[in-house]
Amino acid sequence: MKNELIHLNHISKSYDGKIVLDDLDLTIHENEFVTLLGPSGCGKTTTLRILAGFETPDKGSVIFEGRDITSLPPNKRQLNTVFQNYALFTHMNVADNIAFGLNIKKKPKSYIEDKIAYALNLVGLTGYEKRSVTTLSGGQQQRVAIARAIVNEPRVLLLDEPLGALDLKLRQDMQYELIRMKNELSITFLYVTHDQQEALTMSDNIVVMNQGYIQQMGSPESIYNEPENAFVADFIGDSNLFPAIFEKDELITIDGAPFPCVDTGFGTKKPVDIVIRPEDVDLVEKGKGLVSGVVTDLIFKGVHYEMCVDVNGREWVAHSTEPCAVGNEVDIYVHPFNIQVMNKPASEDEEAVRTDE
Amino acid sequence: MSKTRRLSSAFLGLPYIFWAAAFIVIPLIMVVWYGLTDENGAFTFANVAAIADPAHSKALLMALLLSFLATVVCFLLAYPLCMFLVELQKGSDSFLTMLLIVPMWMNFLLRTYAWQSILEKTGIINTALTALGFAPLRMINTNGAIILGMVYNFLPFMVLPIYNALEKIDKNVINAARDLGADGRITFLRVIFPLSLPGVISGVTMVFIPALTTFVVSSLLGGGKILLIGNVIEQEFMVAYDWNLGSGLSLVLLIFIIINVVISAVTEKGEEAKA
Repeated sequence: MKNELIHLNHISKSYDGKIVLDDLDLTIHENEFVTLLGPSGCGKTTTLRILAGFETPDKGSVIFEGRDITSLPPNKRQLNTVFQNYALFTHMNVADNIAFGLNIKKKPKSYIEDKIAYALNLVGLTGYEKRSVTTLSGGQQQRVAIARAIVNEPRVLLLDEPLGALDLKLRQDMQYELIRMKNELSITFLYVTHDQQEALTMSDNIVVMNQGYIQQMGSPESIYNEPENAFVADFIGDSNLFPAIFEKDELITIDGAPFPCVDTGFGTKKPVDIVIRPEDVDLVEKGKGLVSGVVTDLIFKGVHYEMCVDVNGREWVAHSTEPCAVGNEVDIYVHPFNIQVMNKPASEDEEAVRTDE
Repeated sequence: MSKTRRLSSAFLGLPYIFWAAAFIVIPLIMVVWYGLTDENGAFTFANVAAIADPAHSKALLMALLLSFLATVVCFLLAYPLCMFLVELQKGSDSFLTMLLIVPMWMNFLLRTYAWQSILEKTGIINTALTALGFAPLRMINTNGAIILGMVYNFLPFMVLPIYNALEKIDKNVINAARDLGADGRITFLRVIFPLSLPGVISGVTMVFIPALTTFVVSSLLGGGKILLIGNVIEQEFMVAYDWNLGSGLSLVLLIFIIINVVISAVTEKGEEAKA
């Protein structure tokens, strides 16, 4: 296990009586790319701002390398932030923006010049030193913001939806750039986004948040393949999210139809939620599947087709490279391994989580 | 935009264009005309050159000095106030803004008369002082009284542009400076103040020019003893009926105003080019 770098120790925060973070406990290790993922208002940006020092938690503490930094002002923390709206200094040129932190630390001139050149090269903006930041495009401004942060050699780089304002193509390019930079700089990245695709692409670890709670924490694969509750399943990717009955170990029924699964230990005849990813729903010839239905919709999505199948009034979504025409009668087969069984929400709080998103 | 749209929007500006031509451009041309001619209508520089007359140049220097000091005082009062107003949560600052603006709704002359009765030998302050057994202060008819009158009347013109400039600064830009290691002082010096500079420049212009040209404040609070260039010009027109000399001196004042406006326009443009 890598070294523990940051520990957000049971943090609570509310604004005007509205709870934004409720007893959040999170550990971040050195050299990780951690993403806080969730819908707007889930508390992810507040978490980041508490870590940066722009907000003080009502309860709990921020531990950095074993030291309590809860009341340390932002300028004393070994972290740097890349803001969603870039927050560049519009009265300075590119080089002065990047040199801002180094000038304050009174680094020698030659060191600063080397650092500027290095950082501009890293973000692909060599030769832009004297340009005014307001003449740059959104993507270029974002790169300057990243360069301005990394020249200070922070232990942790905090990124608050840094790609939110960029168009799709540029966003994808920047995702790869960020991964490359992270590997080159070997510093810890804490990334905030509401874009699940972005989170899956870049992260070592994803923290799914909603309504101030951590819903699930884990690798992109485990979050995607084994969501722990309905919120996570629904938020991460398209999914068929159904209520089901856990009849016994390795068998569930959906609307009365039996489906073998691999999960055990949920009890007998117990109501559960299940999730099946659309790409795991196989449309097969009639008589060869587990349930029968009629195709009601066919949409071309580029890499695959998306088909909606009506099974006794319940809509299933299937992805496949093979189209299946509307009106066709088909059977559905799901490999037992691809059915993810989840406990029903235990409390009303969790229920609210689910219906609210 | 279509041609008809452009025509109709030009039409909307017409009333003001007539207004400006009738009451700004034509009078200005007349000032230039009178200023550069003698009583017989012959061209002369004598009216403008009359600024060299010690009485006139002294009045001009005094006006420059007092309006400069008034501008400095306005700035020193307004800037911290604006920072305080911006710090307050939005919504709760409207009361304070009202406090600042309501006096502006009262007549300028009335407000200056009010100061006269406060500062007078037998005014409120001195009455209170003598009642408490202190010697009365000489306040009216001093340079200080004139500066006070200028500051009181023109302060809102300094506050509003600075407030707007400070309010426009993105909170995250300030956070970014802190994040990059700047303490409160450096954040102010290198980020907040430079970003508020356009507001400061327009505030300075809006206070300095009316203060430089005023004659009401100086005659009411200066008691006619301290002559500013505005008073000299007023007297040439209203007492001596020498419109040529009055216009000539106005042209000199106009040059100072133009210099001020050009300086602020250039600095603002520089800021914009960077911004």
